[in-house]
Amino acid sequence: VTDPAAPRAGDETFRDGLRLAWPLFLPTAISGAAFGVFAREAGWGTVAPIVASMVIFGGSAQFASASVLGSGGSIVSTVVAAILVHGRFLAMGVAISPSLRGGRWRRALESQAIVDASMALANRGDGSFSRTRLLGATATQYVAWAGGTVLGSLAGDALGDVETLGIDAVFPAFFLGLLVQELRDRRAVETALLGAALALVLLPLTPPGIPVIAGSAAALLGLRRR
Amino acid sequence: MTRVWVTIALVAFAGVVIKGVGALILGRRELPERALGVVALFAPALLAALVVFQTFGATGGGFALDARAAGVAAAGVALALRVPLLLALLLAAGVAAGIRAV
Repeated sequence: VTDPAAPRAGDETFRDGLRLAWPLFLPTAISGAAFGVFAREAGWGTVAPIVASMVIFGGSAQFASASVLGSGGSIVSTVVAAILVHGRFLAMGVAISPSLRGGRWRRALESQAIVDASMALANRGDGSFSRTRLLGATATQYVAWAGGTVLGSLAGDALGDVETLGIDAVFPAFFLGLLVQELRDRRAVETALLGAALALVLLPLTPPGIPVIAGSAAALLGLRRR
Repeated sequence: MTRVWVTIALVAFAGVVIKGVGALILGRRELPERALGVVALFAPALLAALVVFQTFGATGGGFALDARAAGVAAAGVALALRVPLLLALLLAAGVAAGIRAV
């Protein structure tokens, strides 16, 4: 039995990307709305949260910015916090660059489509990525995130509360579903276990962002010879 | 309010640079053979770390054990039983919401 929500070998088009990210549409929109409400309550007004979602397009960096600024933190500490939670995209940019098209500037532009779920959905498992699947999966999430923020900024919690609806459990469950499909061989299982362990150990000890960067570094197990 | 706009601009700029710098440096070059082994394992490593972070990460940093963990565990069992992903996600939300409603 094949799962229609799971990426398959032939799924190479932009439309496939759009479809694969579809389970995240509503949860992402509700979370975007939650950011709109959160930022407005932190004194951002209605326009700034929408612009933030359109130009930053990263939930953890945006919530970090609003809460650090809101609690009286400096701009510098806010930007540093955001850089930490975005840090993992640096490694992703290197990893995906050979799978993109054109010269360096075109590739840097296409790299802007990098987000966690899209990277995982675009992954072919052989060291390459599907460029069209990445772009499609990101388009779905971008519309949901920015659109949700517009709703949240203008209409408040019209879509419902993230915690009451259990939406915050949907994202880790989605990533777990993608992870299960990645566990093709023993190396992948070992890598996942090491990544989870590193993240778990560092979670209570380090600022947000570091546990995920350190956990991702478990991929360095790939340097071992087969 | 100026502080907010300056922060949005700087965070957005940092994000664009972080995501694009790899492509700017590499250009049309391929990654060396050994790096491909690392890239191939990047998804399982990242996904495992994200599952842990988003299940147990507290708002503002640190560790928290709450209804999310039960929701994710329920989804994990469902996925192990080959339940379709969308149903597993609904189950995760339902369990977490149910625990909070009690």
